[in-house]
Amino acid sequence: MESLFNLNGKIAFVTGAARGIGWQTALMLASNGAKVIINDLADSENLQTKIKDAKEQNIDLTTLFFDVSDYVQVKNAYSSIFKEFKRLDILVNNAGIMEDSMISTASEAHIEKTFKINTFGAIYNTQYASRLMARNNSGSIINISSIIGTKGNAGESVYSASKSALIGLTLSTAKELAPLGIRVNAIAPGFIDTDLVSHFSEEIRQKTISNIKLGRIGTPEDVAKAVLFFASDLSAYITGQVLGVDGGMII
Amino acid sequence: MNIEKLSSAFSNVLGLNGDKITDDLSYGSLGWDSVAHMKIIAAIEDSFDIMLETEDVIDMSSFKKAKEILTKYGIAF
Ligand SMILES: NC(=O)c1ccc[n+]([C@@H]2O[C@H](COP(=O)([O-])OP(=O)(O)OC[C@H]3O[C@@H](n4cnc5c(N)ncnc54)[C@H](O)[C@@H]3O)[C@@H](O)[C@H]2O)c1
Repeated sequence: MESLFNLNGKIAFVTGAARGIGWQTALMLASNGAKVIINDLADSENLQTKIKDAKEQNIDLTTLFFDVSDYVQVKNAYSSIFKEFKRLDILVNNAGIMEDSMISTASEAHIEKTFKINTFGAIYNTQYASRLMARNNSGSIINISSIIGTKGNAGESVYSASKSALIGLTLSTAKELAPLGIRVNAIAPGFIDTDLVSHFSEEIRQKTISNIKLGRIGTPEDVAKAVLFFASDLSAYITGQVLGVDGGMII
Repeated sequence: MNIEKLSSAFSNVLGLNGDKITDDLSYGSLGWDSVAHMKIIAAIEDSFDIMLETEDVIDMSSFKKAKEILTKYGIAF
């Protein structure tokens, strides 16, 4: 029997994939056969080294640098995906920022920036990606939300709202795009060991881990495995779901 | 011929005979609803190997309008 994880011949696009969850997701999809295009704001020496190392493991990654919060840049990106690959099978809306703020002191600039990147970026990408997917009557879109979007957290109202919005996007697009053969699901990671949370003090880090039933911080691979599930035919009959990948975290 | 290609994009999606595809055919009639709209767009993009701008996807409200829009993409009728 052919593996249900097999993504041979599929084209995947992962936003914010220079590091962290996005990077591991790109590796995961590529090592299961997909041709993966990774996006981030800008190229770097570090990224090029990682891409070279991946190549030595026979993992081929293509890059497409742009700002997901800029509508025109998103539009141009999809015309270049269209020109080069002619199709798109998998979109992972992963690019995101997390800046802590109390609701009383959240600045307008912070509110707008957070929503532009975390929410608008995902909407823009979904809009263009779904049109490419509709041509083949198939596709899978995976939105990276957060446990803070599903459960809330003091000091993170704006981030939380921007991530809850992705759940609304997931639920509605799942319904709207189903007739076109496109599935849409969300993942709500808990506490994952990436640069996003590297500013936490050791004390906060330990305190957070003490609220995780499996007793450890999550890895980017833990999230990437869930993405692979939603990207592959293992989830062929699953759409409009929000999957927590949080080790039983209580928040 | 481009006109035949365009016509069959519409007739395939809407399940209509070619003679039903006239300039007057417009959004909201003969099964051309929002879901069919996305399928028609996909079929057009596929047959002409182009990618339409979102504004044009919104504006494409009739067969006649579709021809006008495609002209912008260098497709002559
Ligand atoms: N780490 C966690 O604990 C955690 C928990 C829940 C959800 N998440 C979510 O997972 C996603 C990935 O986070 P991560 O932990 O890997 O963080 P990260 O900061 O390591 O990676 C995010 C990447 O997105 C890129 N990016 C930021 N703005 C961008 C833009 N405008 N256009 C394109 N790329 C942009 C960054 O350059 C960075 O490479 C985020 O959406 C985050 O909110 C993370």
